[in-house]
Amino acid sequence: MTYTMIGLLAVSSAVLMDSLILKTKLVSKKIFWYSYAIILFFQFVSNGMFTGFGIVKYNDAAIIGGDSPATGSPSIFGDGRLFFAPVEDVLFGFSLVLLSLSLWKFYERLGIQKEIKSGPARVNWFSKKSD
Amino acid sequence: MFSNYVWVLVFCLVGSGWLEFVMRARVYRRWLRLILVLIPVVLTFAAWDAYAIANDHWYFDLNQITGIYVGFNIPLDEILFFIVIPICSILTLEAVRAIRPDLGDES
Repeated sequence: MTYTMIGLLAVSSAVLMDSLILKTKLVSKKIFWYSYAIILFFQFVSNGMFTGFGIVKYNDAAIIGGDSPATGSPSIFGDGRLFFAPVEDVLFGFSLVLLSLSLWKFYERLGIQKEIKSGPARVNWFSKKSD
Repeated sequence: MFSNYVWVLVFCLVGSGWLEFVMRARVYRRWLRLILVLIPVVLTFAAWDAYAIANDHWYFDLNQITGIYVGFNIPLDEILFFIVIPICSILTLEAVRAIRPDLGDES
């Protein structure tokens, strides 16, 4: 299987875990998509470092785009790349994030350290209502 | 130890770490739940990594990783990635929950 195929399989598996197996149903919740939007932005930043500096390189047989160059950066956009990284990394990142958040919520429902809750934030920069 | 790869992870930990205190995300404080999340996530993604490395989907610049391997040709750096990124993600979720209680858990 190519990276593209495994990526699609991983996203499907993570959605299946979230919706039917762990029943956390994050994909239908606003709180998840707000969080994911922030996470995706920072994925582009950190993953851009991994791929732009050539720390991690990809083989063109496994991805939509071409080979990573032996030295230097791949293209920042185009040739199947987004911010230097193969577009497949979005699938990898989404499945890693969804599985992690879904398990986190699943254990919360099981009551593991349920007594500890987040907030209130010490700052209200992003709050909808002023405190 | 502090390969370029690990420095990127340090950047991620520093970049998200303030959420624990300023936003009161309280993810590190729920260390038991965090460990229970990380065990299956690390095992699952390490298996994917082992397959991808064995089949030449991706490879690493040997000058930019620690050079320590945990088995199946998986660099230690990658295992640290599978620990750090879930922590950053959960910190983000809990910070958003802390800031926007109006969204509720079920919306």
